[in-house]
Amino acid sequence: MYSWIWRHLPGGTAVRALLALVLVAAVSALLLFVVFPHVEPWVPFADVTVDQ
Amino acid sequence: MTGGAPGPCDTGDGATPSPVAGPEGRPDLASAAVSRTRADALRTVGRGTGQLLLTIGYVLLLFVVYELWVTDLQSNARQDELTAELQEEWSAPSAAVPAELRDGDAFALLHIPRLGADYARAIVEGTGPEELAQGPGHYTGTAMPGELGNFAVAGHRVGRGSPFLEIDELRQGDPVVVETADSWFVYRVLGPAEQVPGQQVVSPADVSVIAPTPNGPADGPTTGAYLTLTTCHPEYSARQRLIVHAVLDGPPLSRAEAPDGPPALRGV
Repeated sequence: MYSWIWRHLPGGTAVRALLALVLVAAVSALLLFVVFPHVEPWVPFADVTVDQ
Repeated sequence: MTGGAPGPCDTGDGATPSPVAGPEGRPDLASAAVSRTRADALRTVGRGTGQLLLTIGYVLLLFVVYELWVTDLQSNARQDELTAELQEEWSAPSAAVPAELRDGDAFALLHIPRLGADYARAIVEGTGPEELAQGPGHYTGTAMPGELGNFAVAGHRVGRGSPFLEIDELRQGDPVVVETADSWFVYRVLGPAEQVPGQQVVSPADVSVIAPTPNGPADGPTTGAYLTLTTCHPEYSARQRLIVHAVLDGPPLSRAEAPDGPPALRGV
């Protein structure tokens, strides 16, 4: 998968490395600000109340 | 790399079977090709698995960073906003009393000197996930600060600013100060041997800890003005709840009288 992405990135090695970092950052941001907040309620230590 | 590569054997004449040749006496080019594709397939699967495992590892690590650090940043930023809003609201000359608290509204500041001289958290109304993400949440329906009954507040122990991480450090007599629009209320943590204990660990279903008289019936009479803090226990687990009880100590002090708060705020 990663080699496929690498092959399809334009430019030379430096440009590709930069683009790859941007992709990693974009995916990380998506996880941090969209996916994880939705997963969070299922984390056990989020339960701090009684009877809930 | 050398999986199915045919050796440099001179084939073609077929005079004498070469010792490295196949049982038929000829290198089987077709089977060599098959084994090469099989090796390729194996390599692809191996690489795919490796990349998948690395990706899973990265996502899990990122989730830990999120829970232990990013949620802290978010909640602390929200706490700063709420605290600034409260201060502004309280210092406004009109002092328009809000008719009714809605879920998520901040209405008081919680000070616990034992957890730090500058420990202050804005308490919001409600104990849903969205409210608790902002700060300690007041159990709707329980008493308000200073009232007879049980002013009960839930807060995160790990993540989201970890407001209640160290409430197990509270000892008998420690002040817990609640600051509202017009007053300061000083609660003192109860002792271990009293009818309402200062600290207890209960099951998550034990709602009696937030009853008007802690450990009494849910609709029972109250015997004083209590404060109850609830959080998860042990840390990183939801198996039990850690509960801290305190009782109101003396009459409220008006903010006009004591703009800097009661002496208890300085740990006395």
